Amino acid sequence: MLKDNDRIFTNLYGLNDWSLTGALSRGDWDGTSEFIFKGRDWIINEIKESGLRGRGGAGFPTGMKWSFMPKEDKDGKPHYLIVNADESEPGTCKDRDIMRHDPQKLIEGCLIAAFAMGAHTGYIYIRGEFYEEALRLEQAINEAYSSNLLGKNAAGSGWDLDLFVHRGAGAYICGEETGLIESLEGKPGRPRLKPPFPAGAGLYGCPSTVNNVETIAVVPTILRRGSSWFSSLGRPKNSGTKLFCISGHVNEPCNVEEEMGIPLRELIEKHAGGVQGGWDNLLAVIPGGSSVPVIPKSICDDVLMDFDSLVEVKSGLGTAAVIVMDKSTDIIEAIARLSHFYMHESCGQCTPCREGTGWVYRLMQRLITGDAEISDIDMLEDVVGQIEGHTICALGDAAAWPVQGLIRHFRPELEKRIRQRSKNAA
Amino acid sequence: MSQLEEKFEFTDENRNEADSCIAKYPEGREQSAVMPILYIAQRQNGGWLSQSAMQYVADYLSMPPIKVYEVATFYTMYNLDSVGEYHIQLCRTTPCWLRGANSISSAIKEHLGIENGETTDDGKFTLSEVECLGACVNAPMVQINDDFYEDLNADRVRSILDMLISGDQPKSGSQSERFTSAPESGPTTLIDEGKSKC
Repeated sequence: MLKDNDRIFTNLYGLNDWSLTGALSRGDWDGTSEFIFKGRDWIINEIKESGLRGRGGAGFPTGMKWSFMPKEDKDGKPHYLIVNADESEPGTCKDRDIMRHDPQKLIEGCLIAAFAMGAHTGYIYIRGEFYEEALRLEQAINEAYSSNLLGKNAAGSGWDLDLFVHRGAGAYICGEETGLIESLEGKPGRPRLKPPFPAGAGLYGCPSTVNNVETIAVVPTILRRGSSWFSSLGRPKNSGTKLFCISGHVNEPCNVEEEMGIPLRELIEKHAGGVQGGWDNLLAVIPGGSSVPVIPKSICDDVLMDFDSLVEVKSGLGTAAVIVMDKSTDIIEAIARLSHFYMHESCGQCTPCREGTGWVYRLMQRLITGDAEISDIDMLEDVVGQIEGHTICALGDAAAWPVQGLIRHFRPELEKRIRQRSKNAA
Repeated sequence: MSQLEEKFEFTDENRNEADSCIAKYPEGREQSAVMPILYIAQRQNGGWLSQSAMQYVADYLSMPPIKVYEVATFYTMYNLDSVGEYHIQLCRTTPCWLRGANSISSAIKEHLGIENGETTDDGKFTLSEVECLGACVNAPMVQINDDFYEDLNADRVRSILDMLISGDQPKSGSQSERFTSAPESGPTTLIDEGKSKC
């Protein structure tokens, strides 16, 4: 288990003072300007060396992402840092804790990241439903301005940064980076075709980088303790610590910061009080938020919680939102509810997703009661395969994967219900 | 889309708030403020956006009205019809469903005598079943206006409704003894706080 002194989010639960005074006492904003004096290349290199991969779901190497930003201002265009605080992936509620309990970590990270990408303006795009959290974040930003940690010559670094909170209004698709940028421009959050990528043409057509809250908030600690400290935790290419959200059929659902690569079973039993009714009562787990395929107990028994381990078992770490389901669960309805979610959240611009997510949900509804033919399962698999990879953004893929996971591991259950229903009818 | 004859106009206070939203964005990019300004308009208008309110926002930001309607219809937090004084949004997505969202839904429906999407006759409550609200480790939960009520069961949600009916303000957040997102019986980490400076 990760030692307490290796945890980054030391006020995760808000047991202590969230304000700037509290944050300073926990070591935030210690020597920030020194990192900036060392220069952009040094910061980007440290982040690359640390092995930090994006904490929003896709796991793209953060240092590399930052290095895509142009080194010089092109045509006098400003650069923008955008923080994705849209946190809408079912199962996920970690960024909320950072913003309400440890907001200065995020703000300090914004200054360092903005400097590293040449940005003087940052926007934190927070989901609209997080009303209290947005107020808290604005208070924290005001405190930072009052103490000269933001604004001109922020934290005495010589770098100017203005940071703003932008509230969303209830659309999962705005968690997709180009959908988020569209939304920030005051439009419906319909994702853009890439290329161009945001680092070339993002917000208002200017170079922009979108990073998840947790990704930005861990940066100051990585620089303070050194990239080798961060990379020594976890496994190669899967380093550091991670916030896990453990929900569903566990005795004590919770958020917790743990070392990457912790065995799933240990994570659940040490922190979430174990599966309701004991480990043997486990049916399946969705290990990384609603978009990643479900894994059955046999895989859960010994799988490690990091990017590469979960890809090996055809799932993913995603946002590290662990949704636990015990044997009382109707696994078909559990996934059907996710299909309903994707149908509701499809932005509607790509036909395979707009039409496909509704079709998938309707068939999933029938599969709950077995009102289908065995061949419909194959057709379902075929249709989700037609959605996957055929849309502008990854929402189509995200709608396909839970269903693919269900068919891969629970096909006998799907078939059993169909047979049972036709037997009852006869 | 409902029509409203009454002409909409910001109060001075809301005009100031709207102007400070606009100031967050570069010159010429005022449209970026459409979402927060629609939100302010909705709040002033009693929880929903009339056509007149949307028209006003379009004029305020010098945007074609159709662009404002596009935004207002795309995002779920804008209500295009009137809602009750208390808008109850019940999370129906899998993590809440696994922890009994259906029983919360039944308790609300029985207690208030309304179905999903309906408003009570006295105009006090509207119930909407919505997708994940991002408090999954505190499931099941509802959002009532701006506040989250978490770790619910049927009794707890009934007592929240009773308080609202009698004009009291229930405490938001977790309705159990637990502290925010920590495990119910207490944190398993961050126990030796003093040593864990970063």
